Amino acid sequence: MMDLSHNAQWVLMSTLLLGMAAGIIGSFAYWKRQSLMSDALSHAALPGVVIGYAVIGAKLLPVMLAGAAASAFAGSLLIQWIRSSSRVKEDTAMGIILSVFYGFGIMMLTIVTRMPGGNQSGLDSFIVGQAASMVRQDVMIMTGVALLVLLVAIVAFKEWKLFLFDPQFARGAGLSSRLMDAVYLTVLVLVIVAGIQAVGVILMAALLIIPSVSARYWTDHFGRMLILSALFGGAAGMGGTLISVYGEGLPTGPFIVIAAFALFAVSLVFGAKKGLVHTFLTQKAQKKHGMKLIPQQQLLEKGN
Amino acid sequence: MSYTGWILLTASLVGLSCSVIGVLLILRRMAMMADAISHTVLLGIVVAFLVTRQLAGVHMLVGAIMAGLLTAVLVQWLHSRGVQQEASIGIVFTTLFAVGVVLIATKVGNAHLDVQHSLMGEITFIPWETIHLPWIGSVPEAVVMLTLVLIFIVAVIIAFYKEWKITSFDPALAASLGIPVVLMHYMFMSLVSVTTVAAFDAVGAILVVAMLITPAAAAYLWTDRLSVMFVLSAIFGVLSAFAGYYAAVWLDTSISGSMAFATGVVFMISFLCSPKHGILAKRKIKPA
Repeated sequence: MMDLSHNAQWVLMSTLLLGMAAGIIGSFAYWKRQSLMSDALSHAALPGVVIGYAVIGAKLLPVMLAGAAASAFAGSLLIQWIRSSSRVKEDTAMGIILSVFYGFGIMMLTIVTRMPGGNQSGLDSFIVGQAASMVRQDVMIMTGVALLVLLVAIVAFKEWKLFLFDPQFARGAGLSSRLMDAVYLTVLVLVIVAGIQAVGVILMAALLIIPSVSARYWTDHFGRMLILSALFGGAAGMGGTLISVYGEGLPTGPFIVIAAFALFAVSLVFGAKKGLVHTFLTQKAQKKHGMKLIPQQQLLEKGN
Repeated sequence: MSYTGWILLTASLVGLSCSVIGVLLILRRMAMMADAISHTVLLGIVVAFLVTRQLAGVHMLVGAIMAGLLTAVLVQWLHSRGVQQEASIGIVFTTLFAVGVVLIATKVGNAHLDVQHSLMGEITFIPWETIHLPWIGSVPEAVVMLTLVLIFIVAVIIAFYKEWKITSFDPALAASLGIPVVLMHYMFMSLVSVTTVAAFDAVGAILVVAMLITPAAAAYLWTDRLSVMFVLSAIFGVLSAFAGYYAAVWLDTSISGSMAFATGVVFMISFLCSPKHGILAKRKIKPA
């Protein structure tokens, strides 16, 4: 840690917080069975980033992030609209929005680059992520978003649990599922937007998906899953950034994803609840006792 | 043929092969699988390049098919281990893509391969990279490759038309009839990979995804017949290629980005105006 520059320490701190926030929101997305929604939304953010840049004419981060959030929201509304009012399925709708918005973003990016003073190098980092280029202001934004996510998750923990696992009962208990949906979507978009500068629009989804699935291998308890997922996400964010910082200008996003995957691989093999070793040992023990896999165990595995 | 002619021909060939495959893709509810494969193909190409040290068509094709099949197998395996289908797609493709990007950044350097290129494509260079064919003359390499792939895809789809139809609409019935559903699944995944890699070098991953999913989804709103859907989807694909090209020339911007956007416009028009499943048509019916 000692030989890292002051700026690098800030960056490290912020990717750690970002990873934690993504881990928590990723768990929500996992239980809403919307893992790939994050992929669609992060691609859909690109035109907003570019238009935000074009309007101001300078790389002013808050404006670009506001643009990103606006276009990601527009994308999510369109997905919702296409799904609910036509026979096109949700995954197809996500694929359409993802590719069309991204294509539109690339169109805009090419036009903006040609504008006088349009410097593409700054905008490029939004595609594969370049944490090293972040400044203190970016770090502040990420920290703010991460704290907000933590707050939202902790304050309404009971409500989230109800909303995710028994939406019908939640409605009966007077919980507005519309409000919960809106809060969930807002926080999801905020995390994606805060993360695209470090991880890039293409790989942001990984930071939301992989930690939560990894955590699922260790526990059946929702609260513990959130904590573990946050830890995995934070570790992946920090680990990936460290490699990227030492590697002199290597893109950050891919290394964060590879770090997250390494943690996933460990969880897949050694996870205490559903890991390969654990499953193998339980099956072996059961065979020894002359029993087949007990039905409850099968239920657990299917009803993930 | 003129420069513009070659570009339009290349883009139309991409539009044709992608939108035909896309029909089966969305009927099988595997739209996001196409997104995944179009990203992991990058890894296949990079590894093929690192092994053979050349960017020849055949090596890239083999590498890409392997990467596509690897993606399909890994997603299937994780899913069978209890991970949600969506989440397993998300894990597999982001990781394989990340490995591809890292290999490019560390090992390949600047040899014709970079992430930018793979995402946006370099369709503007297509007419310059020609090969000489007997009787025909010099033809861009990509056009030859895309034509072969298109013929191959159409042949495979027509040869097993009935099987594709049954396995896509009712896999359980197909299995009970003795059609090898799993084999068909992996065969289909290879078709998607072949199409993706052939189109990938010309137009980039994002346009491949757009061309695979969007024209087929638009066609799905116009008809209930599979054969009509194939034809409509192909027409929409070519239409988007032309519209996108001229819009790009007019605005002087990225050709593949503009074509991807054009597929979206075609879809939006279908979504609003289709006589059967469009928003406007439904609105008219409601009060009655």
